[in-house]
Amino acid sequence: MTITLVSPQIEVMKMDSIQEKNIVYQTSQLNLWYGEKHALKNINLDILENEVTAIIGPSGCGKSTYLKILNRMIELVQGVKITGEILYRNRNILDRSYQVEELRTKVGMVFQKPNPFPKSIYENVAYGPKIHGIRDKKVLEQIVEKSLRSAALWDEVKDRLNQNAYSLSGGQQQRLCIARCLAIEPDVILMDEPTSALDPISTLKIEELVKELKKEYSIIIVTHNMQQAARISNKTAFFLNGEVIEFAPTSKIFSNPKDKRTEDYITGRFG
Amino acid sequence: MSIRSHFDKNLAQLKQMLVDMASQSENAIKEAMFSFFNQDMKKAKQVIARDYEIDEMEQEIHNKALQLITRESPVAKDLRKINVAIKVSSEIERIGDMAVNIAKSVIQIGKEKPVKEFGDILKMMELSLDMVRDALTAYYTEDISIAYQCAEKDDEVDQTFGKLVQKFLSYTPQDPNGMNQIIQLAFVCRFIERIADHSTNIAENVIFLETGERKNLNA
Repeated sequence: MTITLVSPQIEVMKMDSIQEKNIVYQTSQLNLWYGEKHALKNINLDILENEVTAIIGPSGCGKSTYLKILNRMIELVQGVKITGEILYRNRNILDRSYQVEELRTKVGMVFQKPNPFPKSIYENVAYGPKIHGIRDKKVLEQIVEKSLRSAALWDEVKDRLNQNAYSLSGGQQQRLCIARCLAIEPDVILMDEPTSALDPISTLKIEELVKELKKEYSIIIVTHNMQQAARISNKTAFFLNGEVIEFAPTSKIFSNPKDKRTEDYITGRFG
Repeated sequence: MSIRSHFDKNLAQLKQMLVDMASQSENAIKEAMFSFFNQDMKKAKQVIARDYEIDEMEQEIHNKALQLITRESPVAKDLRKINVAIKVSSEIERIGDMAVNIAKSVIQIGKEKPVKEFGDILKMMELSLDMVRDALTAYYTEDISIAYQCAEKDDEVDQTFGKLVQKFLSYTPQDPNGMNQIIQLAFVCRFIERIADHSTNIAENVIFLETGERKNLNA
């Protein structure tokens, strides 16, 4: 009797904890064309907060395009047509009234190649907060230290904050870019193959960092490295020819995917 | 040529190693059973002496499987194939051990005239041997219907085991040798029943390999 009483309670608890997670991005019926080319087809994805969502798929499948819509960087590309809806915290970011500057203070991005400014380490991190009007030196110092600590870089650079960012190694530069992104206290961090230019140890450092950062941020990462997706993400979306073929918990995708195309891709049978 | 033809070739080799090991183990059971019914000491000793070959084959399979995990980073069904190869090889190794245990009982009984008829031991042996064959065919062909078919026979083995043990233990022999024989007969029944259980475990692994889901067929 005890067992039958206990197990439904556990089930109810599990259900509650699932329901507590908020949706950060809700994508519905999203389509995108580059001129005549239909690059994204009827995308429907819910991205939850405090999770790492990985997007995988072969080159040209639309995964980076999708990432670029989430902070509207896609607008920089000419001849793009988009239909459908992407709600960020319940507001449609594709709506013309949505200010792109407002969106980008909430949604930071880290790129494939580290791209620090040709300035000091300190200035790189303080740049964003300064643009947002913070002038108090003490406050700026606090932000720089906090951001560098969160990016697991503080101990390595605390004694040389005034050195040029280019003096750092590739892995350190990428963590500096993450620190720069954290300095404006975003809600979401988009990462477009953030470790593809890094050596294995720097890659593992970034991966450890991502696992830490998800406690406070929601992270969406495009990666070609499937082991990386398996190691760090909660959910994985497999894109193919502009469609989402499968979107499921990462453990499910990499152990027992539903769709044969997903299985063929992750086991290296095509792509 | 497929993108992972080298890996596919290695997976096929791993499967073949397992099939070879299984065939050796199946032979060991057959010979142990033969030695039991014919009170053939020589054959029983051969079964015991050759068990190390099965143990070595298991080690080779484990080494190959770990090498493939290390070098190929398998996922999904590829990973299940390797995981199942490790698990199934251990079940087959245990089946080989049961053959050895039967052979040891044969030596214990010796050439003494049986104090009690063997009854349904032959039927039980045939049934468990059938289960071993089903389980291995299911593994080789990756056919889960054969895996289920294998597990269905386990109930009959269990029932026969229960009846036989009751029959042997309810008999009171007149001399110490007779008592030893009765105990050994009960042991042999137990070893055969274990062979059936290991076959069911192999069947469960085949189902996991094909569906990704765990099923308890021993329930």
